[in-house]
Amino acid sequence: MHSATVKPSPAAKILWVAIAIVGAWCLGVVALRRGEPINAIWLVAAAIAVFVIGYRFYGKFIEHQVLRLDPSRAPPSVLRNDGLDYVPTDKWVVFGHHFAAIAGAGPLVGPVLAAQMGYLPGTMWILFGVVFAGAVQDFMILGLSLRRDGRSLGHMLREELGPLPGIVAMVGVLVLMMIVLAVLALVVVKALTHSPWGTFTVAATIPIALLMGVYLRWFRPGRILEVSIIGLALLLLSIWAGRFVADSASLAPIFDMDAKALAWWLIGYGFCASVLPVWLLLAPRDYLSTFLKIGTIALLALAIFLAAPMLQMPAVTKFIDGTGPVFAGNLFPFLFITIACGAVSGWHSIIASGTTPKLLANEGQARMVGYGGMLMEAFVAIMAMVAAVSLHPGVYFAMNAPGAIIGTTVEHAAQVISQWGFVVTPDELVRTAKDVGEQSILSRAGGAPTLAVGMAQLLHNILPGEGMMAFWYHYAILFEALFILTTVDAGTRVGRFMIQEIAGLIHKPLQATESWAGNLLATAICVALWGYFLYQGAVDPLGGINTLWPLFGIANQMLAAIALMLATVVVVKLKRERYVWVPGIPAIWLIVCTLAAGYEKLTGPISFTAAADKYAAALANGQLLAPAKTTAAMQQIITNNRVDMLMTGIFMALVVVMVLFCLNALVKAWKTNHPTAHEEPYVALGDVAAH
Amino acid sequence: MTLRTQWQAFRKRAVQTARLCCGVPDYEVYVQHLREHHPERKIPSYAEFFRERQEARYKGGGGRCC
Repeated sequence: MHSATVKPSPAAKILWVAIAIVGAWCLGVVALRRGEPINAIWLVAAAIAVFVIGYRFYGKFIEHQVLRLDPSRAPPSVLRNDGLDYVPTDKWVVFGHHFAAIAGAGPLVGPVLAAQMGYLPGTMWILFGVVFAGAVQDFMILGLSLRRDGRSLGHMLREELGPLPGIVAMVGVLVLMMIVLAVLALVVVKALTHSPWGTFTVAATIPIALLMGVYLRWFRPGRILEVSIIGLALLLLSIWAGRFVADSASLAPIFDMDAKALAWWLIGYGFCASVLPVWLLLAPRDYLSTFLKIGTIALLALAIFLAAPMLQMPAVTKFIDGTGPVFAGNLFPFLFITIACGAVSGWHSIIASGTTPKLLANEGQARMVGYGGMLMEAFVAIMAMVAAVSLHPGVYFAMNAPGAIIGTTVEHAAQVISQWGFVVTPDELVRTAKDVGEQSILSRAGGAPTLAVGMAQLLHNILPGEGMMAFWYHYAILFEALFILTTVDAGTRVGRFMIQEIAGLIHKPLQATESWAGNLLATAICVALWGYFLYQGAVDPLGGINTLWPLFGIANQMLAAIALMLATVVVVKLKRERYVWVPGIPAIWLIVCTLAAGYEKLTGPISFTAAADKYAAALANGQLLAPAKTTAAMQQIITNNRVDMLMTGIFMALVVVMVLFCLNALVKAWKTNHPTAHEEPYVALGDVAAH
Repeated sequence: MTLRTQWQAFRKRAVQTARLCCGVPDYEVYVQHLREHHPERKIPSYAEFFRERQEARYKGGGGRCC
């Protein structure tokens, strides 16, 4: 066992005590100050202090005591070095790659939605959720995969729990993926509805990507950076040109679409993008969105530090009682499924057992990449929270409450929101829309537009200029749309391969990924699956996000619970029972949250069942409820809610089944008096390097 | 290390990270690996290497060597 723990010097001890005191002070200000707005810097400083302390102490504890990582042991990158997938790589390079892979739209959307309860509940969940659950999951799964030749989560589940639980979990992943794609695509639909400027700039990314693809294929093969700079310049040009499109009487109507039309365009686009050769459309957009994503996150951090905005939203709003307009449900359990990515995200367990363990050059670097990478993601979530709560609360609720609650005119919206205690005038709502170059900001739920307005105001504070706020707003929308659409395309392709694999079990020729018939069929099925939920969201009475985001949250936390349960089982199998609480407590917490949220979505006032029954009762009486204008539309809403009930039921059943399998494995491992985990044998790093 | 070599090392890392984020591993490392372990194989040009990696990124599995 090689765990050389160096005794800390007195200077280091003083430093850590100082960090702890400063952190506790900032946290105290964030948590306790009421009645007067506080500056965002308090929140950011508290977050940084919590993260460094968590990284230094809890992360290290997991590294040495629970996972017992060993810098003298040869990792998969060294043992199976093939120069391509398994390559020992510099730790900063691996960190950058890992962070770019886990950072998506999730940490930006969840905190914005959760801001309806005030900044305190969401912030506390992000800070403590990440230290004790999210980063633990990412780090432990990475650690397990490092000891198993870089195997995937599915593979490890089959190995440690048995073939059946492995299959159950993989079905869960496929269903989760369809919900993720639908809800992310819905975020884009919500942001672009009746926004010719936004729609034009997002549409312009298609020809830009095609141009980049051709350039990269024929003119300058492999010059990614060069082509990305050209692409970025063209993108900025398209944002600038978007203003003229929006002002033009002939062009604006072409790009002015309602939610249904946009949903159909996205479905069609998703199909084409995943059928076409990857080099033509998918890959160039991927490059562009990766660089834009990292650049924009850095820009947001810079803007927050320089602008140091005041937090205008109260620390805690009255909506913690479950009556909030953005999403329904009490603080427990709904806060904990609304903020998934940023606090704990099951999706990361797939990344942490994907490329990253094949690149790490040493086990000693796993904490920095696995635990540290997730802390960075949580920091992104904190920044999204700051951007949302530094907005005028009246503007925030106008943007995020559905039309069914606040109406469709600024007068009505201002009146309703003012009654909630967030005084706002119709003029303020009109002016905000005008500032960002849009006709209306009402009911643009989904996180992206709110974040974009928040970001535009922050950037405008530090870089003022006539009309620049509208530019920044559309820049932020474009950046989110771009990387969401890349996720949708790449996800559709992965889903297609999964479906072809399953179909191949029934009819062998369907498995051939080169065959056009199999390709088109599987892609069509995949697109139809997520497309159904997307369209459902577009016609939803409560605006879609209100309905679909909880479903996504439940699914994502379900996967996190599965990953943490796997870690718990392995800890016991390694006969390190006294540390079973490290992954065990967050696993139990997530199981409780997903089952409680699922239960409330199946029975009770905020359930899909209640919504379906309400529409069914009205239909039986011959009434039409908004937004349905025909009996067919009524019927559609009823069916959609019944499908959502079914999905919730499936996720809950999956969690329960996995809990039973894990308990079984736990009891067995606990009774055995020797380690039974499937680790690869120890090989010393020195031995491999020598040969 | 002089400032210049430090800057060059930093630049190299940055380019490597940026490429890896797009699913393209280090070409020089791969060429060196082929020279050391598989001298019988033809060394692909950077363009060929890039195309192969681009295809592999969106396949799920990816190319395997040893």
